[in-house]
Amino acid sequence: MRFGVVRFPGSCDEVDAQLAASRVGEAVLLWHAERDLGRIDVVVVPGGFSYGDYLRPGAIARFAPVMDAIAEFARAGGPVLGICNGFQVLCEAGMLPGALLPNRGLRFVCRQPGVRVESTASPFTAALAVGERLSIPVKHTTGCYWAPEHQLDRLEAENRVVLRYCPGQNPNGSMRDIAGVCNEAGNVMGLMPHPEHAVDQLTGSADGLRLFESVAQALAPVAA
Amino acid sequence: MKARVLVRPKSGILDPQGQAVQRALPALGFTDVHEVRVGRLIELELDDPTRLDEMCERLLTNPLVEDYEVLLEEGARR
Repeated sequence: MRFGVVRFPGSCDEVDAQLAASRVGEAVLLWHAERDLGRIDVVVVPGGFSYGDYLRPGAIARFAPVMDAIAEFARAGGPVLGICNGFQVLCEAGMLPGALLPNRGLRFVCRQPGVRVESTASPFTAALAVGERLSIPVKHTTGCYWAPEHQLDRLEAENRVVLRYCPGQNPNGSMRDIAGVCNEAGNVMGLMPHPEHAVDQLTGSADGLRLFESVAQALAPVAA
Repeated sequence: MKARVLVRPKSGILDPQGQAVQRALPALGFTDVHEVRVGRLIELELDDPTRLDEMCERLLTNPLVEDYEVLLEEGARR
């Protein structure tokens, strides 16, 4: 099991993502200028401020050479997890539906909301149960999930809303309390909370690790 | 030639920046402002304006949530 964690200029959570992934497998960093992912089983597009968030978060990162390889990897069914800025990048790249807008309260938020598992359609939640409550931190300024109403209806009907903030804990005004979604095939998932920051009880919660464990289990059911 | 691209949040899209500005104006005595939307201005110096729409749709804006308007310097044609 080998994770590739992308590093763009301006990424800042790639090392935590690498450490989290290395608890369930091998984890290497992928420089944004790479055109070849090499032998990778899972891609993580991490949080941070790729290319300084210039223009819009994720707008420039989506054109990085590594993104073509990631799109190709995803088309072949490879699991891709976009966290925070990574979620913004995947939306800008059209690999996930919708967009992330400035937080409704305009302020940077940093807190640890409860997040409910809504779907196990993604390999990152396949080993979890619908209705489980996870405690995973968020920290962002542009995390208000938005999509047209008809698309939201469709996402819900197709079981593609993977995570929702628990009632009353939506930190950013996201429509329908959506914290994470996946693509049609389920293999590409994006979320605003940071599972890589919740992998040890030492920092208050190890719930984030379960997403990494889940994908490892989904890819190697026999070994698990 | 010079081109300007005005980018604004689509109508119906929440614009917290515009709301914050709108709430701040009455404090300065400007009490008759009914709506404020905050967007951005992109100025380009370029030779061929024919591909401006493509630039706007692929990079300068997110067409899902933003509208844009292209303004060319006087006399220029697209």
